[in-house]
Formats: sequence, structure tokens, C-alpha cells
Amino acid sequence: MKLVMAIIKPFKLEDVREALTALNVEGLTVTEVKGFGRQKGQTEIYRGAEYTLSFLPKVKIEVVVPDDRIDATVEAIQAAAHTGRIGDGKVFVTDVSKAVRIRTGETNNDAL
Amino acid sequence: MRKSLLGVAAIAAGMSLAPTIASAAVNEETAFVFNTFSFLIHGVLVMFMAAGFAMLEAGLVRTKNTAAICLKNIALYSIAGIMYYAVGYSLMYTDVSGYIGSLSLFYDTSAEELALLGADEKTAEQIAAVTGNGYSVMSDWFFQMVFVATAASIVSGTVAERIKFWPFMIFVVVLTAVIYPIQGSWTWGGGWLSEMGFSDFAGSTIVHSVGGWAALVGAIILGPRKGKFGANGQVQPIPGANLPLATMGTFILWFGWFGFNGGSQLALGSAADAAAIAIVYVNTNLGAAAGVVAAMAVSQMLYGKIDLTMALNGALAGLVSITAGPDLQSHYLSLVIGGVGGALVVFAIPMIDKLKIDDVVGAISVHLVCGIWGTLAVGIFGGGAIVTQVVGIVAIGAFTVIVSAVVWFALKFTMGLRVDEEDEFRGLDQAELGLEAYPEFGPRAQVM
Repeated sequence: MKLVMAIIKPFKLEDVREALTALNVEGLTVTEVKGFGRQKGQTEIYRGAEYTLSFLPKVKIEVVVPDDRIDATVEAIQAAAHTGRIGDGKVFVTDVSKAVRIRTGETNNDAL
Repeated sequence: MRKSLLGVAAIAAGMSLAPTIASAAVNEETAFVFNTFSFLIHGVLVMFMAAGFAMLEAGLVRTKNTAAICLKNIALYSIAGIMYYAVGYSLMYTDVSGYIGSLSLFYDTSAEELALLGADEKTAEQIAAVTGNGYSVMSDWFFQMVFVATAASIVSGTVAERIKFWPFMIFVVVLTAVIYPIQGSWTWGGGWLSEMGFSDFAGSTIVHSVGGWAALVGAIILGPRKGKFGANGQVQPIPGANLPLATMGTFILWFGWFGFNGGSQLALGSAADAAAIAIVYVNTNLGAAAGVVAAMAVSQMLYGKIDLTMALNGALAGLVSITAGPDLQSHYLSLVIGGVGGALVVFAIPMIDKLKIDDVVGAISVHLVCGIWGTLAVGIFGGGAIVTQVVGIVAIGAFTVIVSAVVWFALKFTMGLRVDEEDEFRGLDQAELGLEAYPEFGPRAQVM
């Protein structure tokens, strides 16, 4: 099993969710985060004083998938979250050693 | 303008004695009813300005300090009313001898009114004894009381987010019981400034700049919020949490201002008064409108963007500016006066920041700077002598600054004015009130 974690632009969340549903990926965890990569921040002005927002709002998606679906999942996320403009985000894949469904006690691939 | 009332009452009284007068004259009792009505209804409009201030301030502070600012606003309004009943009104209006009124406890209605109210059958003599005053005694108290409450409200915005609650309330007690009434007696109480010809129709100096001076002195002695000013003089913006609330507060203030300026005609018992009040309403509106447009234009030119909070302050700046002379016959002058106010405020706000004075809502720029401008404008546009206006501005300013400074310093070195750094970081809502303004979004949100 692998944890696929993606940082994407917030308005792309629906597109990514639909793409993953089409793959029959059944669960998803979404967190609102802020950060920056090569896309720098933006300047705002309040009552005559300028300030720079270094951190931009993003959305983090986490989903655990069985090994045979990793590539399809990563491709689906990348295609759905893509705009071509700077700040599109990144996808990371890490190992998951164990998974348990709390309601039934099923483990590993049966828990996904 | 404050003394025109007795003249109107006298004319009305004289007319009611003539035997075969046409129906054109308003009889004394009718004039009494309308004058009283004007004080009460216009006073009610000004009372609603307390809600305006509360919402404006609630919108411009951070969420962690929102409940505290709301509490301060309702508390200061209440204290102002009580202190003005206890001592303030008499100090301002009763037997004013040049510089001060009389010190007497609790301002109640007259014996004549009590007699009329208590009589089972009201005689003509009893009625005349009451209506001869021109207006119900307590209606004028009520109208004047909401004005002192307005002056106190001005201070709370500037010192928000770091001042301790009880020391602030003690300052409000002194402001509403002593400072405001004494300087008010000099003009509206018939004292030395009114004898000199100083003209301030509804209080650009007497209400707004007094609040502004008290706020300025307080902000300097209190110090800025932590993190507001950087080591190299950079200004760190601390954006308000709720701009729709700030907008609503501004609209409510604009609405209440019709009472503030309109009621200051002090009479509605004749056609002339009614026409005068209509003119005042129009000038008030035009002043605010011009203030908004000017603030937007200057904001666009200086920054390439229109800051909503500047536009809101622009409306208030226009209103404060027109308050000294809203009885101008040429309405376009209100556009000029209000417009200059709106432009002034866009420059004043960053300038106050440059002086390292932290004014959370821009009250100093709106009420002090534009209060002075509005008072000078009366002299510039022919409502009085400029020199006299300057004398009034300086005298009232000096008095307010000195007494305010004494009180702020006394509080600082006894009770302390500021919350400590940890509390300022946590927020006054938690530190002083023990609750959150928005419990679903703050620290409590993690628990339930």
C-alpha cells in the first residue's frame, strides 16, 4: 500500500475528486494548508501599508491505495490538478506499512 | 445655533396671545410638542450611532478581540448616560458662568412639568408654565446625553486590542462627567466661547475633536500593539476581521448622523425650523457622499487600489467635516467640505502610522483631523470668523489634551493601562472576558 499525497490549488479539488471517483478510489482526506514553492507570495495593501503574503492557500489530498493502483492514481491527480500555470503543486508517494478499518477490523488491502 | 431656541419659543408665545391671528401661527403648545419630538426622535437616531461604532470597530479588530470591543462599546454607552445624568448635564448647562456650569447631583425634570404631569385636570396656567420653556426639560437632556456618548465611543476604537477594560472605563467616567461637559459649557452652555462667536453647529470640535484628542493622547501613552511597527519603521498591517460588519457600522453611523446634525437645530416648532432641518439633512448626506468619493479617488491614485476601509473612513470624514456647519445654504459647499475631509483622511491615516501612533480604526484621522477641518471650514466659507474658530479649536484642544493626559498617566501608573504581552497575544476575549467571539473557529473549535 502507498500513501499518495498531493498539494494542489484549492479550486482544483472538485476536478481531482471526480477523477479519483472514476478510478473507484473510495476514500480521501482533504486538509486546507498554506505554503509556497517556486510560486512566490503576493502583495496586499491595507490602509496604506504594504505587506507580502509568503504563504498561499493550497489543499492537501491524502489517499492510501493498493500497490497496483499507484500509477493510475498519480496520473489521474496530475491530469486533473494541472493548469499549466505556476503553483500547480506536487504529488508524493510514500510507503504505508499497515492499514485497519476501524468499524470491522479488516486489515491492509481489505481496509482500503 | 444652540441659543436660537428661546427666540423661537418667544415668537410662538407672542403669536398665540394675538386675538385674530390667521391660522398660520403655531401655538405654543404645538411648538412645544414638536420641539420635544425633535429632541427625542433625533436623539434616538444618535443613540443608534452607538451600534454603528460598535459594528465598525468589531469589523476592524481581529477575531480574538471582537467580544472585548463589543463589550467596551455597550459599557461606555451606558456609563456615559449615567455620568451625564449624575453630574455631566448640570456641569455643562446649568447656570454656566463663563467657564463652567454647576455641580449638582442628578438632573431631573422641572417642578412645572411634574405639576402638570401630576394634575388630574390640567389647567391652562400649568400648561403654559411648561410650554413656556419651549421643549420638555428631559428631552434636551436626552438629546445632549447621546452626544457625550458619541464622544466617548470615538476613543474606544483607537485604543482597541491592547487596553485594559476597567482603566478604560474609568477614563470614560472622567471624559463624560468632567472633560466633555466643561468644554461643552464654553459654547453650547452659553460660556465664553459662544460669547466670542465661536460656531460649531453640531459638534465637529465639541464632540468629534474632543473624542479625537482623548484618543490621540491615549494612543501615545498606551503605545502601539505588539508587532504593529517594525524595528526599521516598517508598518505591519493588522487587517480587520470582518469588513461587512465595518461597512454596516459605517452605514448605521451615516443614518444616525441625520439625528446628530438635524437635531442640532434644536427646534421643530415652526416652518423655518422645519425647512432648516431639511437643509441640514441634505448637507449631511452630501458631505458623507463627497467624503466617500474623494477617499476612493485618492486611494486609487495613491495606491492603484481602492481600500474599502478608506472608503468607509471617507464617509465618516465627510460627516465629521460637515458637522460644524451643516446649515449652509449652498449645498455644493457641502460637497467641497466633505470631499476635502475624505481626501484628508486618506493622507492622515498613513501619516499617523509614520508617527508610530497605532490607531486601530483611524478615529484620530476621522474625528480629530476632520473635526478641526470642519470647524475651520465654517470660518472659511462665511459662517464665522476664522480667528474665532481657531481660538475655539485650540482652547478646547488644549483643555482636552491636558486633562486627558493627566487621567491616562494616572491610570498607567496606578492600575496599568495595557494587558501584558501574553494576554495581548492570546486576545482580550480570552484574557479579559474568558470567552470567544466566534467559538466555532477559535481554540474551542478543537474541543467540540
